[in-house]
Amino acid sequence: MSNKIKVALAGNPNCGKTTVFNMLTGSNQKVANYPGVTVEKKSGKCHYKDKLIEVVDLPGTYCLSAYSEEELVARHFILNEKPDVVVDIIDASNIERNLYLAVQLMEMRVPLLLVLNMADVARKKGLVFDIAQLEKLLGVRIIETVASKEQGRDELLGAIVQSWQSKTPMLATVRYGKEIDDEIKKIRQIIEENHLPIADKYDKGWVALKLLEQDEEILKACQSEAVAGAVEKGAKYIRDIFKDEPEIIIADRRYGFISGACQETVKSTTIKVRHDISDIIDMVLTHKVLGLPLFILLMYLVFQLVFIIGGWPVLLLEHFFGWMGQGITNIWPTGPDSILLSLVVDGIIGGVGGVVAFLPNILILFAAIAILEDTGYMARAAFIMDRIMHKIGLHGKSFIPMLIGFGCSVPAIMATRILENKRNRLTTIMITPLMSCGARFPIYALLIPAFFPVRLQGPILWILYLTGIVIAIVTAKILRHTIFRGETVPFVMELPPYRIPTLKGIVIHTWDRSKLYLQKAGTIILALSILLWAATTFPKIDISKYQGQKLSVQQIQQLNLTHSVLGRAGKAIEPAIRPLGFDWKIGTALIGALGAKEVFVSQLGIVYSLGNEEANSHTLQTTLRADYSPLQGLCVMLFCLISAPCLATLAITTKETGSWRWGAFQFIMLTAIAYVLTLIVYQIGSVLELGNKIIGV
Amino acid sequence: MKDNLLHLSDIQSGQNARLKKIIGGQEIRQRLTAMGFLPGQIILVVKNGHPGPLVVKVKESKIVLGRGMSQKIKVEKI
Repeated sequence: MSNKIKVALAGNPNCGKTTVFNMLTGSNQKVANYPGVTVEKKSGKCHYKDKLIEVVDLPGTYCLSAYSEEELVARHFILNEKPDVVVDIIDASNIERNLYLAVQLMEMRVPLLLVLNMADVARKKGLVFDIAQLEKLLGVRIIETVASKEQGRDELLGAIVQSWQSKTPMLATVRYGKEIDDEIKKIRQIIEENHLPIADKYDKGWVALKLLEQDEEILKACQSEAVAGAVEKGAKYIRDIFKDEPEIIIADRRYGFISGACQETVKSTTIKVRHDISDIIDMVLTHKVLGLPLFILLMYLVFQLVFIIGGWPVLLLEHFFGWMGQGITNIWPTGPDSILLSLVVDGIIGGVGGVVAFLPNILILFAAIAILEDTGYMARAAFIMDRIMHKIGLHGKSFIPMLIGFGCSVPAIMATRILENKRNRLTTIMITPLMSCGARFPIYALLIPAFFPVRLQGPILWILYLTGIVIAIVTAKILRHTIFRGETVPFVMELPPYRIPTLKGIVIHTWDRSKLYLQKAGTIILALSILLWAATTFPKIDISKYQGQKLSVQQIQQLNLTHSVLGRAGKAIEPAIRPLGFDWKIGTALIGALGAKEVFVSQLGIVYSLGNEEANSHTLQTTLRADYSPLQGLCVMLFCLISAPCLATLAITTKETGSWRWGAFQFIMLTAIAYVLTLIVYQIGSVLELGNKIIGV
Repeated sequence: MKDNLLHLSDIQSGQNARLKKIIGGQEIRQRLTAMGFLPGQIILVVKNGHPGPLVVKVKESKIVLGRGMSQKIKVEKI
């Protein structure tokens, strides 16, 4: 007998499953994807006595039908990976609805264990449980936990080991009434007579039940005319008697079984409180009039937090990377002109450091999102936004990834996994880069003060963010009417009761997501930084030609850039971008910005023959003011806002959609919109001399 | 087939209704059933803000239903 126990955690969304998972495994977790689908697979390990317990957190589902990816993933895992123990988490406050999934697991005849979670909250509401009796009625062991307080961990682990050792499910059999039971028996007989391979793999009774429920996947897997015929006949018979579909009658009987069991074992001692605390909070937070302003205020606070609290550590990290680059330059054995040194300092530290420096912002943003999610507010935000989102053919949930997009498009696009419908998801992915991400901020921070007086700086920044949102809305609307045409998917979502989040949960969620950001910095960004560095460095100019002239280091840098692949590319695209008011210098910086948006600033710094460190300083702003009009400055920002998302975004779009075509589509579409809009703004602006008018010259 | 049933979306905030049937495909029906929407189930409409989604209470859980979805649920007023 080995000492490894494979455990699967099942449960409804919002039942506290993740908290139980965190309680069991702590920080010992890893997140991956189930092969071929976009559902996250979370697994973790823990030790109990001499056993190694491997826990897989299945996606939260209400049932195990074959409709959504989540349900299929959960079902396939239980059926095919055959975990030693399946632990189903039940929210004690909502026991009947939660037991519906438990009953389906019982039907599969898997080694089952129930966890009655948050029983403390339920007891406060006046519920009394007779657990021993409920165990007897269901034939399942029930463990009580309060996972948020880490109560019941040892009992649960002990029960897991016990149930693994005994391996004899004592599960009660659900009765669906004579008519249905008979039909199931008939179908089962035909499965046995025909020696279907599926009968050896899964429990025959369950297969027969699923067939009568018209489960498409199982029907297909049977590949037997005899079975299909029997199912058809059985379903028709049930339909004739009950005037409804068999699966609805079966569901009804399941609930009947559950309420029978609960009637004897769950008692409510108090008269039902009409409004609990969650209802009262909801009266304010989802209020018809107040809901939206409160939501906007909350978002405003989150962004303030991200930029104000995050500002200092970001500065520290930037200094750290600057200092590191300087330090390496100083100790470099072959002197400061080495190509390898330039690769390390300018390419790798400059590129990757530039992205990693934003980590504090990202951490705070993700922590804030984790808090909003774990308290239950995120579902309310989706509800509040649904009315608006519905108008553009998306539903409220799409708003969550868009919100994350203000931080960084990469995790935002990953967050679109919460959307069930493919068209919905693709539309959201396409428009997410229009949310002005953190990496675009340095561009605004450089250009806005360069061209606009203080009184206009705030409004211009606000207009830029707003422009992104408006374009996103229009684009979504157009996409939903053209290539992603189709009925808006019905929107159903549970509003979980408000909960106080656990510190552990927030830390784990924040870290899980931030890790992906760091991984991106370590892989895609690293590779791109090196590539971009090479494009700005080669081919080199022949220094000896300029021996006669006394050139400063900056001037040599500028000559080098002009001569390099990137400089030439910038020159090559100049005719195309001239109508937008851009010259080759801006073109060069724009191409650089393909790698990562913030590279625009440092590239511009080099083009203007200023050292990297001065790129952010007043010197560059003065130079820019001398060369360009405010209108041009505005156009550059507009173009950067809309145009081609950075390569990391394209990479993640490709990965999440499973096709590089969507990545290419996103790139071309957004760049085309950027081009047309900037063209319009620049041409009309030039005629009206708008630039000068705005600043009041 | 004509019937005198109402759509869930016709029920005002604060009122209860009894679910009679769900129209629409198997997918929607199974999904809703699993969330507790069964014939005979009493649904409390917590919030019905035209033209937005509805908030309803079913078996101790609060659920948001898009307006389109709520028109697929046929109920009788109680």
